[in-house]
Amino acid sequence: MITTASSSSLASQDRTASFGATNAVFIGRSVRLSLRNADAMIMAIALPVMLMLLFTYVFGGALDPSGNYVDYVVPGIILLCAGFGSSSTAADVALDMTGGIIDRFRTMPIRSMSVVTGHVVASLLRNLITTGIVFGVAMLVGFHPSAGPLQWLEAIGLIALFIFTITWLFAAIGLVAGSPTAAGSYGFILLFLPYLSSAFVETDTMPKWLQGVADNQPFTPIIETIRGLLTDAPLHHQGWLAVGWCLLLLAVALVWSVWTFGRKAGRR
Amino acid sequence: MSQPAIEVTGLQKRFGSQAVLKGVNLKVPAGTIFALLGPNGAGKTTLINILSTLTAPDEGVAKVAGRDIVSDKNGVKKSISLTGQFAAVDEMLTPEENLRMMGRLSGLTAAEASARARELLRQFDLVESARKKVKTFSGGMRRRLDLAISLVVPKPVLFLDEPTTGLDTISRRALWEMILKLREQGMTIFLTTQYLEEADQLADTIAVMGGGRIVALGTAQELKARIGGEVIELRNAADEVIRTLPTSGGIQDIRHLLGEVALTVPQDTKIGIRKPSLDDVFLALTANPKEEATL
Repeated sequence: MITTASSSSLASQDRTASFGATNAVFIGRSVRLSLRNADAMIMAIALPVMLMLLFTYVFGGALDPSGNYVDYVVPGIILLCAGFGSSSTAADVALDMTGGIIDRFRTMPIRSMSVVTGHVVASLLRNLITTGIVFGVAMLVGFHPSAGPLQWLEAIGLIALFIFTITWLFAAIGLVAGSPTAAGSYGFILLFLPYLSSAFVETDTMPKWLQGVADNQPFTPIIETIRGLLTDAPLHHQGWLAVGWCLLLLAVALVWSVWTFGRKAGRR
Repeated sequence: MSQPAIEVTGLQKRFGSQAVLKGVNLKVPAGTIFALLGPNGAGKTTLINILSTLTAPDEGVAKVAGRDIVSDKNGVKKSISLTGQFAAVDEMLTPEENLRMMGRLSGLTAAEASARARELLRQFDLVESARKKVKTFSGGMRRRLDLAISLVVPKPVLFLDEPTTGLDTISRRALWEMILKLREQGMTIFLTTQYLEEADQLADTIAVMGGGRIVALGTAQELKARIGGEVIELRNAADEVIRTLPTSGGIQDIRHLLGEVALTVPQDTKIGIRKPSLDDVFLALTANPKEEATL
């Protein structure tokens, strides 16, 4: 037999979930979904590790015969790893937006945009863990950071800010895309950017026109800052540029996401 | 509770150049089941989306539980629960987790949400599968869970968009039972369906929708009466219905009609006379919406 909680409670509910509780529920949901998606989790760890081994052992000897290439390449690998790990957010968001569940959330008296925030925070947590694993593997293959505790803290802070920013960009892509598959394909473009930066080779080895692109795109200052912090080298203006780029891109991604969410939701 | 649960006046909606709703008027008394019946593309889902605040109307006024769907969206959201056309459940979660999540989002504490989840799993016969991922569920189980989720915190008005589409007969009947019980408890249920039998079995009031308008409104009895007295069925030698002819039931009318038809059908055709079904009404009303709109 079906009973409603009690017949007298069939009135409009004035009790609603608070903004904090709503976010907590959605973050919990996304973390749980991440843990259940073992394939994506394994790929997010295996791919960067494989890339690092590839660059260290296969290309490393040719790029830097002294054998110190691993010290150069780790920051780039970390960002590539974070970018790859965050990219699944685009598909996760697109899946929610194209399924029936978003309509249910949107007809509840809650801030339904929190469903996206949940995916972003889960991605941040996920990627901080994989970043830790990648650092561990890097140490095993000969990475020797010379950073002090404060520099480590700054480096981790910048990596977290970068993950947060790029995840919001992927979330915006997921909101714009018409399907999870399309979201995955659009997201791939972002993952190509690290290759056109100082991640793997110094930009002055590139042709002049490409050097202009590589020097002035956001990945380069972020990578240079992390590299500088970890190897205890002077940062010059790169640190501010890195934080500035992240905050600018974060603002763009947030505005884009909120706008798209409002415009798209409810239309199918 | 004399105030209607849903009241719609002159509702219009267009998507680009296509007018989907061309002026819809209806009233649903509290504590009744209202079925919106119509073929695909008639505008049923658009109407449900507008009433549940998902889509804004272009013209017209609508109130749900006495609250305006445009100016008091949040008030409407507090009074309704929507089960959309696609089972709105989280596939990678278990039914228990789905129910707990919705409980927490509805403002229950963790303990209350767990207790309510267990209660609903029992009521909806999902206890054995409580810890399996929803993606392993059959269509019927999914729909049951979907309805259970809508009842985590019972609201006065429940919207069900094609609740039994794609279900087998047994699951469909089980769901009907559940919907009827909800009415007993005072809930107002607004459902859309393509199945006449469903509207006939469940609804206190049926609205037939076609071409963006309500083309007929009334009880199943009233709608059947509208098509006339008797329906004549022509059957071939294999006892298959080859044509149905609505008639007034008067002897002159039938004689005249049969006189005409007898010349155009095979010699061994047999006739039968029956009361009109909702199918006849539906086909008559939606076959040519422009003409019927003047009914």
